[in-house]
Amino acid sequence: MTIQVLGSGCMTCKTLFENTKQAVAELSLDAEVEYITDIQKIIEMGYLKTPILTVNGNAVLVGGLPSVEEVKELLEGTE
Amino acid sequence: MDLFYPVQVFADWFTYQLFGLDAVSRLGSSVNFFVYDTIKILVLLLLITHLMGAVNTLFPIEKVREYLAKNKLFGLEYVIASLLGTVTPFCSCSSVPLFIGFVKGGIPLGVTLAFLISSPLVDGVVIAMLLGLFGAKVTAVYVLTGIAISVIAGYILGKLNLERYLADWVTALEGDKLNLGTEHTENSSFIRSVSSEAFTIFKRVYLYVLVGVGLGAFIHGYVPTDFFETHVGADNVWSVPIAVLVGVPLYASAAGVIPIAQALVAKGISLGTILAFMMATVGLSVPEGLMLKKVMKWQLLVTFFGVVTFAIILSGYIFNSIL
Repeated sequence: MTIQVLGSGCMTCKTLFENTKQAVAELSLDAEVEYITDIQKIIEMGYLKTPILTVNGNAVLVGGLPSVEEVKELLEGTE
Repeated sequence: MDLFYPVQVFADWFTYQLFGLDAVSRLGSSVNFFVYDTIKILVLLLLITHLMGAVNTLFPIEKVREYLAKNKLFGLEYVIASLLGTVTPFCSCSSVPLFIGFVKGGIPLGVTLAFLISSPLVDGVVIAMLLGLFGAKVTAVYVLTGIAISVIAGYILGKLNLERYLADWVTALEGDKLNLGTEHTENSSFIRSVSSEAFTIFKRVYLYVLVGVGLGAFIHGYVPTDFFETHVGADNVWSVPIAVLVGVPLYASAAGVIPIAQALVAKGISLGTILAFMMATVGLSVPEGLMLKKVMKWQLLVTFFGVVTFAIILSGYIFNSIL
């Protein structure tokens, strides 16, 4: 399972990255959480809002800042 | 009939009965003001963020871009971009992907900038705070002026042919490589997604509301009414440009600035000057400039900030003459 957080490096994006790492730890998932700040990549995906949370390349969240619990729900929903 | 009369009754009971504070004391009036304003603003904030969230869910930003890129609207596109900017919640971290996504998606630079100006300037949080603290008339004047500023500034910037001052990597980016028809796979219901968006905004700003209203309440209770008239002197012609130039670099949450602004108006600073200061603070900032520097050459960035700053100064004078 590959999990990526894409953002332009702002507070919201960093917090989502932290929340996601914690969610992965709490669910004890076998996954690496990557933090990507390459704007070009975000644009190529066609999204206009950040942060973006992807699981195995599919976006599960665009924009907004979910709590650790909400990230857990999102991750569990993809399994 | 004041819709918020019950809140006032509660604030009075809370301050004077429960805590037994004296209604004419400074502490009593500050606490009463804080309780009343906080509840009123938080209620308005929840209502308006839900309303904006509903509009935004019906017209997601990707659809807006598609609409603006595909339709020839003979000048009306500036108005539409600016109106859509107001309902789109703004996060400075989204401004860069948004900007490139628009420009590379075939939307003219001026129209993109109109959107970029109105998004932070006239936003749900700003409207809720203004309604709660200044009332409907001031809110209406602010919103109309904010939209006018973004339309006019966007139009002027569009006429200046500034496309060559986009950052080189943006110019080099091939538009047709972009995935424009992104379909969102929404798995949650309409109401759920509206509510989650509204609460995201609510969670982001409620603390600023508490701190801002707290400082405002302190000013209300402890700063003498004629303080500014005595110490700063009556408003002169330079107060608007000075207030705006101070406000431009500042980066502050509207939720924190507006309660303080309201308290300053109550202590004698003119309303138009304060509104112009607020616009400058929420509309432009150093962090936003640094973000945009990634996609703009300095010529474009400076022209953008210059035109918007000038428009805000002008509206400050207009506010002072009509409010």
